[in-house]
Amino acid sequence: MAKRIDVSGLSAYYGAHKAIDDISMTVEPRSVTAFIGPSGCGKSTFLRTLNRMHEVTPGGRVEGKVMLDDENLYGTNVDPVAVRRTVGMVFQRPNPFPTMSIFDNVAAGLRLNGNYKKSQLADIVERSLKGANLWNEVKDRLNKPGSGLSGGQQQRLCIARAIAVEPDVLLMDEPCSALDPISTLAIEDLIGELKERFTIVIVTHNMQQAARVSDRTAFFNLAAVGQPGKLIELDDTERIFSNPSVQATEDYISGRFG
Amino acid sequence: MSHAIQERPVSAAPRRGSLSHARLPRWSPAAIAVGSIAGGIGTGLAAGWHSKVQWGLTAALLFVLVTFAVTTKVEGSRQAKDRVATSLVWVCFVLAVVPLLSLAWVTISKGLDVLDGYFLTHSMNGVLDAEAGGGVYHALLGTIEQVGIATLIAAPIGLLTAVYLVEYGNGSRLAKAVTFFVDVMTGIPSIVAGLFVLATWNLILGFGPSGFAGAMALAILMMPVVVRSTEEMLKLVPNELREASLALGIPKWRTILKVVLPTAIGGITTGVMLAVARITGETAPVLLLVFGTKLINPNPFEGAQSSLPLYVYEQYAVGTDAAVARAWAAALVLIAFVMILNLVARGIARWKAPKTGR
Ligand SMILES: Nc1ncnc2c1ncn2[C@@H]1O[C@H](COP(=O)(O)OP(=O)(O)OP(=O)(O)O)[C@@H](O)[C@H]1O
Ligand SMILES: [Mg+2]
Repeated sequence: MAKRIDVSGLSAYYGAHKAIDDISMTVEPRSVTAFIGPSGCGKSTFLRTLNRMHEVTPGGRVEGKVMLDDENLYGTNVDPVAVRRTVGMVFQRPNPFPTMSIFDNVAAGLRLNGNYKKSQLADIVERSLKGANLWNEVKDRLNKPGSGLSGGQQQRLCIARAIAVEPDVLLMDEPCSALDPISTLAIEDLIGELKERFTIVIVTHNMQQAARVSDRTAFFNLAAVGQPGKLIELDDTERIFSNPSVQATEDYISGRFG
Repeated sequence: MSHAIQERPVSAAPRRGSLSHARLPRWSPAAIAVGSIAGGIGTGLAAGWHSKVQWGLTAALLFVLVTFAVTTKVEGSRQAKDRVATSLVWVCFVLAVVPLLSLAWVTISKGLDVLDGYFLTHSMNGVLDAEAGGGVYHALLGTIEQVGIATLIAAPIGLLTAVYLVEYGNGSRLAKAVTFFVDVMTGIPSIVAGLFVLATWNLILGFGPSGFAGAMALAILMMPVVVRSTEEMLKLVPNELREASLALGIPKWRTILKVVLPTAIGGITTGVMLAVARITGETAPVLLLVFGTKLINPNPFEGAQSSLPLYVYEQYAVGTDAAVARAWAAALVLIAFVMILNLVARGIARWKAPKTGR
């Protein structure tokens, strides 16, 4: 079930370095929210705070609240492992497990979590691969290693792996940055389909992509190198790209940045 | 002569703005090598040197110098540096391989004298040291058992220590201390490990000599090697794989067990095998703790055993022709044993290693 994310007063640190400062926003269920902003402004960092992956980095620390419907992800007694099962993630670089076949890669989340019925596994794998638009390309070689696929196929494999565990929210960090236009289009179509079932947050450096796939767009910026990144504005994508309320957003979108 | 040299006078320096220049023909390094070897032999004969080592070193020196001279003349100084570096690599390679091959050759040629089925399946029971006959079975059995037990103790402990250091330690004070002591342990002489077990297990706790006592000393020697190599292998596993797994909601311990370790298993196996190879040849702790016997003792927990290196040592010390022949044969068995273990481990590693390709 797609869930609403409600962030308030969130800051994240790497050791003593504050990477993002006091971010508050709401992400609606069954919608696509795009994060845009210059390199180093903390988009990836913020994304990773949404499924408690930030604290995996040595020195990573988070202050503030992230409500998933009515549960605080950073509340006491919250198990990060359970959070990550609810909030899935696709990384910038495709990272299939090199020791596993295509089938095992998709099944990995279920198998290693131990919560599945054997009889359903093949079904779930097929459904996830179809969901990621990859089924037709790999159905004859499910037992071959996942690292033998092309970059774009690997990225879709990673998406299939992420949606196989049926998360409520899917976070994608520049999922198309290493892909050709055709694979990019396939993944954008996919995002359009997935948003019927998931809440999706996507980081992208591609303005057209943000305009094409997202319902809402958030613009992040940082005052200067070494300063923490801040949320400048979050609005409907149409408004951000036609008539943003902050000058910096318009400058960035129209390429007059810096 | 090749085209390049025909097209252009040999002495022509590379022209400015031209990407091509005079090249030595492909076979020239081989020709220079043959010439240098001939030169080395010639010099040796002429000067009447007895030591073949001198002949070889002269040839090696000639090879590097002639390469340098010829290339500078034909190809210019940058290429000369390149070729000299290459020829040095070759010389070093040969210098490294010659002792290895001669060792293998001597061991095989001398070891095959008495190595046969009878030798492998019989002990020294009732055979006088000075006379021919007897075999190595009891020593082989002892080595297999002692090394097996040592590996069973050291491999899991070493592996888990490395997992702790890489996955959980994060530069904490405990991790730093462990790393330090592992480094110190790497330098422990084997006799000291043997004396340590002798002092605690045999003298304080009062146990007699046994294969197990030897295995404990061997485990002490093996552990730091396993920790070190496993640690390096685990560090090579990309962090992205760990993150991919954690982001699927897979707990950390399962991530380590199912993603990190399988990815590194090839290197880890190699590391463990190197450690096994190291302890298989240890003599000193075995001498102290396992004591040596002529009889077959299949029980590693009770009574003296033998082991291959100890057997070699004992037979060589006897000094008669028959005993020395047995020593060579046992040395060959020892080398073959380590080699077979290595091949098996490589097979396992290749079978388990990350698969690529379609
Ligand atoms: N592992 C880390 N350790 C220390 N600092 C980090 C780490 N990762 C990121 N940072 C710092 O945090 C800040 C934000 O980085 P982040 O990766 O979130 O940027 P980003 O907006 O995703 O950039 P890009 O668009 O280039 O991906 C940067 O100043 C960066 O140097
Ligand atoms: Mg980023």
